[in-house]
Amino acid sequence: MNSLALATQNLTKHFDHFVAVDAVSFSVRRGEIFGLLGPNGAGKTTTIRMLLGLLAPTAGSGAVLGFDIVREAEEIRQRVGYVSQKFSLYPDLTVAENFDFYGGVYGVPRDARAQRRAATLAQVGLRGQEPMRVSNLAGGSRQRLALACALTHQPEFLFLDEPTAGVDPLSRRVLWDLLYDLAARGTSILVTTHYMDEAENCHRLAFIYRGRIVAEGTPAEMKTRQMLGEVVEIECDRADAALTALRAARLFDEVALYGTLIHAIGDDAAQKLAPARALLHAQGIAVASAGVVLPSLEDVFIARLRRASET
Amino acid sequence: MISLRNLTKQFDTLTAVNNLTLDVNAGEVFGLIGPDGAGKTTTLRVISTAMNPTRGRVSVGGVDTQRDPEAIKRMIGYMPQRFALYPDLTVIENLNFFADVFGAPRAQRTELIARLLDFARLTEFQTRLARNLSGGMQKKLALAAALMHRPRLLLLDEPTTGVDPISRREFWDLLTEIHLEGVTIVIATPYLDEAERCARVGLMFRGELIACDAPNVLRDARRIGAVVLEARSAQAIAARQAIEARPGVLAASAHGDVLRVLADRAERATEWPSVWQARGIAASTPREVRARLEDAFVLMLSKFDRI
Repeated sequence: MNSLALATQNLTKHFDHFVAVDAVSFSVRRGEIFGLLGPNGAGKTTTIRMLLGLLAPTAGSGAVLGFDIVREAEEIRQRVGYVSQKFSLYPDLTVAENFDFYGGVYGVPRDARAQRRAATLAQVGLRGQEPMRVSNLAGGSRQRLALACALTHQPEFLFLDEPTAGVDPLSRRVLWDLLYDLAARGTSILVTTHYMDEAENCHRLAFIYRGRIVAEGTPAEMKTRQMLGEVVEIECDRADAALTALRAARLFDEVALYGTLIHAIGDDAAQKLAPARALLHAQGIAVASAGVVLPSLEDVFIARLRRASET
Repeated sequence: MISLRNLTKQFDTLTAVNNLTLDVNAGEVFGLIGPDGAGKTTTLRVISTAMNPTRGRVSVGGVDTQRDPEAIKRMIGYMPQRFALYPDLTVIENLNFFADVFGAPRAQRTELIARLLDFARLTEFQTRLARNLSGGMQKKLALAAALMHRPRLLLLDEPTTGVDPISRREFWDLLTEIHLEGVTIVIATPYLDEAERCARVGLMFRGELIACDAPNVLRDARRIGAVVLEARSAQAIAARQAIEARPGVLAASAHGDVLRVLADRAERATEWPSVWQARGIAASTPREVRARLEDAFVLMLSKFDRI
């Protein structure tokens, strides 16, 4: 069997004169969690809708689980699960009723449904909550129920569109552990997000901006090979005064306050450390430490997007 | 700037905030973090005088909130999670409306609003209907409205939830400008990377403040009583499961191909490579890395849970 669970070549979608997705090529391996990151309107949801066969591409091609997204959309939809941004759970129905409803939609055989429900709800940690109305569930539990509903037919591929918007950090962690379990059992996962800490959890990811992929790699590769410029961290007294002085001196492209620390970003930030120290010293600001640190994914993302919008 | 003394807020049988004592210094950027339902929003509402405490005392700028709420409202700009902008009004009409609400003097209004538009980078969008603004622009408009009466204290309840990374960074640039003007900022956020940008952070859990300090103090390894070790493995989940129950392992999590382990001391890692090898798991040698706020909080919350 092909080790690629998903592959696109120059996938493109125009709406009238607007290019929503512009020649996007990427692939997802079996059992991999692939992240598609980008600001709102970057083309993430349009890409997913094409991959699900809900929207015909203007140009390019793609395959999910070996099936062509245009000619074999029906085959794809039977084998994938989809948790959309506004996943419609029925608030007046109970946990069990919601699950059974989706079981019906996905054509899970009636006699298999009870057993499937017990197993899936146990898997997402909702066992015992069957009689609860969805309107009484906390955000994190709702999210896990939405995931369970997308798993009723045991899909080989799972699409998650902004699955954790508005979910607190501990619940997000629980959700991610579930995704890892699924991936370890061979389910391939495509997740879109604009949360950077979430992107760290993906095996591989791509930044998408204005319909184009502007960088791709593992989270570690993104922070090393894909970063434009360097990040330095400066610890000093009177951080506010230091921030103002460093911004005025225009040594770096960006200077930001991180609590009592300063982060400065620039093409050759490391080489600017000596003049920065001298400058702060001249203002009577004592520098306790200063050095290059690994950028955050958000730093990389913003640097890449700035470059992309310049060209 | 803010002084909370034994603040308790109950709703029927639910204790949303329990005996909270906290001071926020003038000019500080203070972060309130914690899972949903920890009591962050209730705390902000009580400070904003939108709600009275069940017990305890709250003062802002030396004024007791229950004695003179009107004086406090003049000092405070409050941006709730769902800010009531009028979707059918334009940007400038919304700002005019809030200028009326806050009683901004007519003579200075044009100049004041022009400055707020400029500050929020919304000048070129001033005739756009609020409902047609992007999420990030709506947040910036809400922030501009909250600043209309030049508050000395700004209370922000999850202002960047659902906002994309570029808008989020812009929003923090605006907050830095406000901070540099001397305004005290209290921000509730579910994002720990945002907590890193605060001078001090309070972690709330089940209505209580369980830790409060500067981010680099909170994540100090000696303080949290743990070290953080990372190993790379294509089978990070299996690697985690193999060592989860080994002595000294406090917590372990997989992040892509990185296994992150909190252990009571670094030497615990010396036995892991043989454990992995025995199970046929390929992984790099664990090395110690800097703790993140998330590590510290996972530990604190897990200890708290056990009590």
